[in-house]
Amino acid sequence: MNYNWNWHIFFEPNPTGAGTYLDLLVSGLWLTIKTALLAWIIALIFGTIIGILRSLPSKAASWISFCYVEFFRNMPLLVQLFLWFFVLPELLPRTAGLWLKQLPNAPFWTAAIGVGLFMSARVAVQLAAGIASLPRGQKQAATALGLTTTQGYRYVLLPMAFRIIMPPLTSEFLNTVKNTSVAITIGLIELTGQARAMQEFSFQVFEAFTAATIMYLAINIIVVTGMRFLERSLAIPGYITGK
Amino acid sequence: MIEISHVNKWYGPSFQVLKDCTTSVAKGEVVVVCGPSGSGKSTLIKCVNALEPFQEGQIILDGVKVNDPKTDLPKLRARVGMVFQHFELFPHLRIIENLCLAQEKVLGRSHDEAVAKGDKLLERVGLKAHANKYPAELSGGQQQRVAIARALAMDPIAMLFDEPTSALDPEMISEVLDVMVDLAHEGMTMMVVTHEMGFASKVAHRVIFMDKGEIVEDAQKTDFFGSPRSERAQKFLSKILSH
Repeated sequence: MNYNWNWHIFFEPNPTGAGTYLDLLVSGLWLTIKTALLAWIIALIFGTIIGILRSLPSKAASWISFCYVEFFRNMPLLVQLFLWFFVLPELLPRTAGLWLKQLPNAPFWTAAIGVGLFMSARVAVQLAAGIASLPRGQKQAATALGLTTTQGYRYVLLPMAFRIIMPPLTSEFLNTVKNTSVAITIGLIELTGQARAMQEFSFQVFEAFTAATIMYLAINIIVVTGMRFLERSLAIPGYITGK
Repeated sequence: MIEISHVNKWYGPSFQVLKDCTTSVAKGEVVVVCGPSGSGKSTLIKCVNALEPFQEGQIILDGVKVNDPKTDLPKLRARVGMVFQHFELFPHLRIIENLCLAQEKVLGRSHDEAVAKGDKLLERVGLKAHANKYPAELSGGQQQRVAIARALAMDPIAMLFDEPTSALDPEMISEVLDVMVDLAHEGMTMMVVTHEMGFASKVAHRVIFMDKGEIVEDAQKTDFFGSPRSERAQKFLSKILSH
C-alpha cells in the first residue's frame, strides 16, 4: 500500500482558514455531543410517555403506543431522516414548507428530533417491559393505598422500572450517540462529517478516521462510566444489583 | 360496614369466578374467608375496594357504593387498609418512607406529621429500629408487619387481609398473626382471607366458606367449627385440621 502517513496533519492549518485540522474535528465532536444529548432527551421524554401508554390496560392507549412504536422502529433511521428533511417540507402547505426549509440549523434540529424519535420507540418498549416485570401486586398496593394511576406510576412503578432497565438504557444512550452519524446524509457536519471533510482536504483518510474513532470511543466511555455511576448510586440495598 | 350483595364476576365471556355472592361485615366484626384455592376468596376481597371490577351486583362500603362510576375510588380506597400475600412494600423506599408516601400524597399530611404517625405504628408492630432500612433487608414476617403498619397509617375504617401469612415461613407466621389478633381485639373491622384456622377460631366472629366462586357457608364461628352444614366445608375442614 502506497500511503503517506502523517500524524502531524492534525496540527496543520485547515483550508477553511479557522484553525487546525484538529480544531475541525473538535468542532464536529461538539456538534455530535449536542445532537446526541438533545436526541437522548427527546428519546427519554417521548419514550417514557409512550412506554407508560403501552403498559396501561386501556385499549386506546395501547393502540396509540402500538402505532407509534411500530412506525418509528420499523423504518430505517436513514429513511426517517430523509423523510423529515426532504419529504415533509414538500408535503406541508407551501408557506409552511418554505419556512421549514429556511429554518436556520435545519440539519441539526432535524437530526436531533429524528434520531430522538427513532430512539424513543426503543426506550418505550424497554420501559414497558420494565413496568411489566414488576409484580402485579405493586400496582395493586399503590391503588389500594388510594394513590391515583398517575401517582402510582410517579412514585411506585416508574422508579423501580427505570432502575431495572438501566443496563439496556445505557446501550440505547450509546446507540443514540452513534446514530447521530447518519445525519451526515442531511448535511450535518458532525464528527463523521468533519472526518470526511478532513479526508477530502488532506487525503489523510486513515488519520482522520482514526481520530474520529477515538473521539466516538471517548464519548461512549464517558457515557458508560456515567451510567454505571448513576446505576450504583440508585441501587437499592438488598435488591437485584444492590449490595 | 361492608355490604356485598349478589355479586357476579366473570373472567372473559364464560368463566365465572364469583357466583351470586352475598354477605356483610358489620362494624367491629372480624370475618374470616376460607376455602380451597381457586374458590374466588381473594377475588371477592379485592372486589370490596374495587381492585377487581365485577359485572353484576353491588358492594356498599360505609354507605358508599363501590361499583358506582361516580364514586371517587382513590378516596374510598384510602379509607380501607389492604394487606397482600406478598407484602408489596415499595422496594425503592425506606421502611418509614413506605409508611409516609400515601399519608402525604393521598391524605395531604405534612411530612413531619406522617413520620410521627409512621414511627408510632412501627413501634407498635415492633420494628421501630428498622425504620431506615429498605424492605429487602427485612425478613418476610417483618415486611408483612410493615405492610400492616402502612395500611394502618391511613387510619382505615376497615382492613382487608388477602392471605397475609401464606407466603411466610412457619416461624414467622405467629409474629404477623399476633399483630392481627391485637387489631381484632381493638375492635377493627376486618375481612381476612386465610387458612389459619387457629386465628379464625381465636378471633373471628364469623367464618365464610367459599368453593367454586360460591359462598357455601356463612356461619357464626362456633357453628362453623362445631357443625358445618355443608359437606364441602366439612371435607375442607377435615383436610386442613387433620394435621
